[in-house]
Amino acid sequence: MQAETGSSAVGGHGGADRPATDRPATDRSAAGAEGAAKDRDKDRDKDVLLSVRGLQKIYSSEHGDVEAVRNLTFDLRRGELACLVGPSGSGKTTLLKCISGLMAPTSGEVLLGGRRVTGPPKDMAVVFQEYGRSLFPWMTVRENVELPLKNAKLPRNERKRLADEALAAVDLPHADKKYPWQLSGGMQQRVAIARAVAYQPKILLMDEPFAAVDAQTRADLEDLIRDVWHRMGVTVLFVTHDIDESVYLGERVIILSSSPTVVQEDLRIDLPDERDQLTTRGLPRFTELRGHVYEEIQRAKREAGTRV
Amino acid sequence: MRLVKNLGYALGLPVLLILLWWGYTLVSSNFYVPEPGEFVTTFADVWFGERFFDDVLPSIGRLLAGLVLSILLGVVAGLVIGSVRWLRSLLEPVLEFFRAIPPPVLVPVLMLLIGVNDQMKVVVIVLGSVWPVLLNTIEGVRSVDPVMTETARSYGIDGWSRFVHLVIPAAGPQMMAGIRQALSIGLILMVISEMFASSSGLGFTIVQFQRSFAIPEMWSGIAVLGLIGVVLSFVFQRVERKVLAWYRGLKEVENAG
Repeated sequence: MQAETGSSAVGGHGGADRPATDRPATDRSAAGAEGAAKDRDKDRDKDVLLSVRGLQKIYSSEHGDVEAVRNLTFDLRRGELACLVGPSGSGKTTLLKCISGLMAPTSGEVLLGGRRVTGPPKDMAVVFQEYGRSLFPWMTVRENVELPLKNAKLPRNERKRLADEALAAVDLPHADKKYPWQLSGGMQQRVAIARAVAYQPKILLMDEPFAAVDAQTRADLEDLIRDVWHRMGVTVLFVTHDIDESVYLGERVIILSSSPTVVQEDLRIDLPDERDQLTTRGLPRFTELRGHVYEEIQRAKREAGTRV
Repeated sequence: MRLVKNLGYALGLPVLLILLWWGYTLVSSNFYVPEPGEFVTTFADVWFGERFFDDVLPSIGRLLAGLVLSILLGVVAGLVIGSVRWLRSLLEPVLEFFRAIPPPVLVPVLMLLIGVNDQMKVVVIVLGSVWPVLLNTIEGVRSVDPVMTETARSYGIDGWSRFVHLVIPAAGPQMMAGIRQALSIGLILMVISEMFASSSGLGFTIVQFQRSFAIPEMWSGIAVLGLIGVVLSFVFQRVERKVLAWYRGLKEVENAG
């Protein structure tokens, strides 16, 4: 069904709102791609931490190939908090798996700090949506948070200090001896965030981390992320399907089209840096931006309808 | 108070059964059913003496050796086979074939190959008990949650570390289920291994009693087997409760929610 998607004008739409320099050189041959990429790396802005270039992912199955991601290109600067938003089934999770090195892209590349990602990079942490299945239930909260540090051979007291700090940062200083399943969903996701924070990554990837928690907890966790981001100066790529969330959280919202996915729009969120659930969401500019993202998503869905 | 209640639950039915048995022997006399009193004296006479050291302990020793080997072999091979996809596809049909062979039929063959000795008996026990441990471990390793696997990968937890912190604990519940089955199979095969060309052991002794129509003695031997089974399962439960405490807690929470 989707495999039959023809050569419609999706790519053209994707390019419409983007600066020309950010576009991948679509005419470069596969053979020359490596060399060309290397040359570009040298004189690329030092500020760029994550760079996704012409990423494509095709899943092969018995029922034919499915192109989940067609051609994605964007950069993330150091210390940026960007949200990726797109209609459901727009390949957000696929994209995140390619960025995190858990899955190899069909073509294109991901660069982290100028180096090509071929497997899970050391200075990256991922927070998954399924917190209950991401934490190890046979370990206490502290053991979970310390495990990646232990694996990285950090000394015991250093591990303890980092875990203490991280658990305090997510407001769970007294739950360290409990098991994850003894905590509520929101608290479990806090533990997963603490584990990521304690790992001291340069970049934090979050795959719809709050999709499975209730609305109130969600608001708290959103503020927690902003707080952690401010304090740690970490780069955050936050994937969500929630339009409000993307506008509230991000400095920037990258809107994806429907599958096969391209970047439909790269939107700067010019809201004040100090955000508050009540006042920020009440700002006319917030409503405006939200409305804009909403329309873009609707457009993405409509175009998906015409393409299938 | 709670102790008394628990003890009541544990002993209530056995006491009732013994009473029924006693009542039966009062109203009718059957050559094959000894009276409880006679049974107890026979039990003490037969088993509290030389037989305990000559027959019971060696049998238990072989049983434990067989079980320990089965668990080690099953868990180690299961971890390897479960982790390597091509190896699993290659071996699974063969494993199913060998598992389907009832080990008692192999006893005569093994007697020829290994001889009539302790090793042969231990091998018979292993040939039966290893399968549930092995197959359950393979299944446990295969069904490790993909999200947990990806989490481990994203934090660079691989190799030995992955086995220790992820694969073994995640497969733990399945492994323990396999070991539980192995215990009862092991006990059965311990008896069977002693029934052919043997001159000592619990199985041998019980068969001897049967053939000489020493009925109370025979029953007392069967009771010893039952008691060994009870002790094994008690010890197993203790260990499981400790090792899989997290699993019980997790299931309780899931069932409540």
